[in-house]
Amino acid sequence: MKAKIVLLTAAAAAIGSTVVLAQQAKEQFFPVLSYRTGAYAPNGIPFANGYVDYLKLVNARDGGIDGVKITYEECETGYATDKGVECYERLKGKGPTGATVFQPLSTGITFALTDKSFSDHIPIITAGYGRADSVDGTVFGWNFPLGGTYWDAADMLVQHVGKKEGGLDKLKGKKIALVYHDSPYGKEPIALLELRAKMHGFELLLLPVTSPGVEQKATWLQIRQQRPDYVFLWGWGVMNSTALKEAVATGYPREKMYGVWWSGAEPDVAPVGEAAKGYNALVFLAPAGQGQIHKDIIKYVYDKGQGTGKKAEIGEVLYNRGLVSAMMGVEAVRRAHIKYGKKPLTGEQVRWGLENLAIDKAEIKKMGLEGFMLPVSTSCVNHSGEATATIETWNGSKWMVGSDHYAADQQIIKPMIRASAAKYAAEKKIIKRDCAKEAG
Amino acid sequence: MKKNWPVLTLGAALLVGLALPLATGASAPGFYVEVLLGGLMTGVLYSLVALGFALIFKASGVFNFAQGTMVLFAALAVARLAERMPLWAAILLAMAIMVALAWLIERLVLRPLVNQEGVALLMATLGVTYFLDGFGQIVWGSDIYKIDLGIAKEPVMVLDKVFQGGILVNKEDFVSAIVAAVLVAGLVLFFQKTATGRALRAVADDHQAAQSIGIPLNRIWVIVWSVAGFVALVAGVIWGSQLGVQFSLSQVALKALPVVILGGFTSIAGAIVGGLIIGVGEKMAEVFLGPVLVKAFDLAGGGIENWFAYVLALLFLLVRPEGLFGEKYIDRV
Amino acid sequence: MFYRENGQFKSSYAADQQMLPILQDRVFMLGLLLFAFAAVPFLASDYLFLSILIPFLILTLAAIGLNLLVGYCGQISIGHAAFMAVGAYAAYNLVLRLPQLNFLVVLVLAGFIAAAAGMLFGIPSLRIKGLYLAVATLAAQFFMDWLFARVKWFTDYSPSGSVSTATIEMLGWKIDTPVRKYVFLLGVLVVFTVVAKNLVRSHIGRAWMAMRDMDVAAEVIGIRPVYAKLTAFAVSSFYVGVAGALWGFVYLGAWEPLAFNLTLSLNLLFMIIIGGMGSLLGSYFGAAFIVVLPIFLDQVPAMLGVPIPTAINSHLQSMIFGALIVFFLIVEPQGLARLWAIGKEKLRLWPFPH
Repeated sequence: MKAKIVLLTAAAAAIGSTVVLAQQAKEQFFPVLSYRTGAYAPNGIPFANGYVDYLKLVNARDGGIDGVKITYEECETGYATDKGVECYERLKGKGPTGATVFQPLSTGITFALTDKSFSDHIPIITAGYGRADSVDGTVFGWNFPLGGTYWDAADMLVQHVGKKEGGLDKLKGKKIALVYHDSPYGKEPIALLELRAKMHGFELLLLPVTSPGVEQKATWLQIRQQRPDYVFLWGWGVMNSTALKEAVATGYPREKMYGVWWSGAEPDVAPVGEAAKGYNALVFLAPAGQGQIHKDIIKYVYDKGQGTGKKAEIGEVLYNRGLVSAMMGVEAVRRAHIKYGKKPLTGEQVRWGLENLAIDKAEIKKMGLEGFMLPVSTSCVNHSGEATATIETWNGSKWMVGSDHYAADQQIIKPMIRASAAKYAAEKKIIKRDCAKEAG
Repeated sequence: MKKNWPVLTLGAALLVGLALPLATGASAPGFYVEVLLGGLMTGVLYSLVALGFALIFKASGVFNFAQGTMVLFAALAVARLAERMPLWAAILLAMAIMVALAWLIERLVLRPLVNQEGVALLMATLGVTYFLDGFGQIVWGSDIYKIDLGIAKEPVMVLDKVFQGGILVNKEDFVSAIVAAVLVAGLVLFFQKTATGRALRAVADDHQAAQSIGIPLNRIWVIVWSVAGFVALVAGVIWGSQLGVQFSLSQVALKALPVVILGGFTSIAGAIVGGLIIGVGEKMAEVFLGPVLVKAFDLAGGGIENWFAYVLALLFLLVRPEGLFGEKYIDRV
Repeated sequence: MFYRENGQFKSSYAADQQMLPILQDRVFMLGLLLFAFAAVPFLASDYLFLSILIPFLILTLAAIGLNLLVGYCGQISIGHAAFMAVGAYAAYNLVLRLPQLNFLVVLVLAGFIAAAAGMLFGIPSLRIKGLYLAVATLAAQFFMDWLFARVKWFTDYSPSGSVSTATIEMLGWKIDTPVRKYVFLLGVLVVFTVVAKNLVRSHIGRAWMAMRDMDVAAEVIGIRPVYAKLTAFAVSSFYVGVAGALWGFVYLGAWEPLAFNLTLSLNLLFMIIIGGMGSLLGSYFGAAFIVVLPIFLDQVPAMLGVPIPTAINSHLQSMIFGALIVFFLIVEPQGLARLWAIGKEKLRLWPFPH
């Protein structure tokens, strides 16, 4: 009985405190959907650390965004869609103006949240993941696949191997295997690769790997049998390192393996170490390393004992990607402040900021992110901005970033996006936005 | 003999299926042997986990769903402890932890649930699974860790004179196969030759009779769970060194479930043979049947191995409900 | 004092056989329904609807379905989320390919398709039972996971393998707001509960229970095991299939095969263990417990003002969850429903226990 009373008082106090919180003005609430447990924790942890560290930094160094303090709350999704939806519902109404922007770091959760965004009016940033067709802002009014989609990624990889062969036309008769995580994430690039395969006459071999991906012996036996010229790896979490291990075990040359940008972090190669030497991966935002911003984080956050993770892990690939992702959300708010004034903003107002992002080279330098990202500019019609990326190679102990920059061929991708978005709009009976009218 | 025709038919059908890729020329002989070896090696690992299941079921009638988590827990313990001490010390210490765990499980879970039906005990081990998942990750962390046994990972080409293209084999795989064989031999000796082993078998046969002749049930259970913990430790170390020690390790144990229904819940030999059959069967199916299915039905990729193991096990069950080597007391319906 | 049944005499067979023979129970039930239908829509917040009440209602339906099989017929299934998936994908395809169908018709048809699948996977139960059967039902789980991920037709050739649904519309009534979803689900659940309640009191239900309690004896008194077991699988899968369709259409809105994975199956099982096997009321309690517990545990530290990192919190949750299951099995193997029954017994005597 006593325990019950304690719990009841606690519950009452909690309800009371949320009411108090809601009355405090000048706060911008950032929900943080993270996964620090389960099969994908090794990848989810550094990303979440970077994300939260950036929010902490903005508060500690600048006193918030233009004086509006950031508040945040983490919610554990475990990379599961239903858990992610629950977190979303829990966090979307918090803070004086509701959630600013969601970044679920899961394509599956993104799919579920996309449907909700139409009525909730909260933007979703999916930097480098999510639905490829959500670039189309006229249909997907609230999705922002900033920096590139999986169609872009697949396209750039095809271009890269084409270049290695000495021209895209040389791909004729070649064989490319896609080893992918059997989820919306892994399946996204297939449409583009199939199109490219038809265009250039290479054969595409589809090899799905069931989540979490620790069972790949048969997959790699098939690769050994089929002997593809290249292997594209679309894995996440433990699947990546397992794939590399099996590649070693079946003697597939690592130099011919290309990972998407989610298959090129330290936890992916470290368990294989030296044996993974030669393996390549795309890198779009945030390669590994430290710059001015990391010094600031150490100075303002970690030296004050406020750090989220371990100091030694600052600057890892996924940490940096979390950092940059958080930065995009913060910059969108900053941008929207110009139009709506320096006060807490609603999701709808933040969307304007996201649709008018213009982060140029000077801006990147000012933020201390030089070398960690490329300029991004968006519009109401194009929610992604220019997608460019480079290739990095694992030298046995470190990622070496290459010098070739690739840009996805929008001539191919644009029509695909348009067609796919139109299909979605028809299915869901969505009325397209008129961007010209909104601007005027 | 007449009664055995379903078993024989099934066996013949499977053998024909096994030979089909070779006969139709879908596979080069060298590659075929490679798949076979790959299947056997995977099978060895399944056997190791299935062994843990069988041991516990035999002695305490518990279907221990937590075996997979025990594998993970043991592997995590070894990996994290090895960061601070030599590997052998880490393994010893981890073993001590597994024994303590066995004792706790006996005390807190099994003893209060004594005489409950099998389903309730199965559920209880599900509870243990969740508990250990959380506990293990709090204590040891949820990142990905390494166990380095110091075995080369690069494959070696053998028999390249016999088969075109040669056969790739891994030293690591062979070490694990040998370890598994030694483990099984050790367990058989332990069960047959030692007093404790005989007591264990007595308990397995009849709890009450064993108790009435003075075998302490509770202590036997602790021993059995410790042995299962030891098997989990071996499986965890081998798997962990191959795949990296990470949460998903516990889910690989799900693949051992068809092995135990195929081999029979109580049979050590069944766990081994079943593991090999499932290992070979699913790899063969994935590599040779998968692409055929994909083409025939325009599937989005193969990946049939996940359910194929169960279908295989179910087929066996339909002709032999007690499993390959299971005891026949399971009443037919 | 108020919960007395003396003085309530039955003067007809109909009265003797009614679902709630005690007047007070009827009054209570009426009040509860009135509250749930008329008051809750005005009281609850959107969060309460979307994150607690809606999943609670759907999972209760699924738990009732599983309980019919496990609790009443004694056949254990660890793979029941597979039939939820069948229901969900069946409904998706029906809506897609026959858009003129009323959603209620779609639900029922989806249920029937799930029932067919359930019967198919119930066939091994004729040959094996107990724990062997339990493990064998995992075949359904893994096969369905695979089927919907790989056969493109089921997902309408969606490039990502994920499907999403449009808002449900029935006879001009749009089920789009949380309140409408809640009322709709509540209606469905009430109907299905009444059907289930009557089913288990009928000859079918009695056949199931006889099968559960002792199959040989049941056979001797003339119950055909094939009939009893397969109907149990069919009815159970029907319920679960309908729940799956609702889970997809009303709760998730967009889903992938992973949404119906083993974790969901295990959760369903926990619901009926904690709630009480062989008790419809227990399904309600169990579903509520499983839905609310993680959310509650998630928020406890923040409520108490001791924020702990989400990772630790989530591990702790897992530990508490596991410990609670063991605790329930040891202390009250018959679940929360039994506690409720004990409470009712006590109430009868209260305040003069002698």
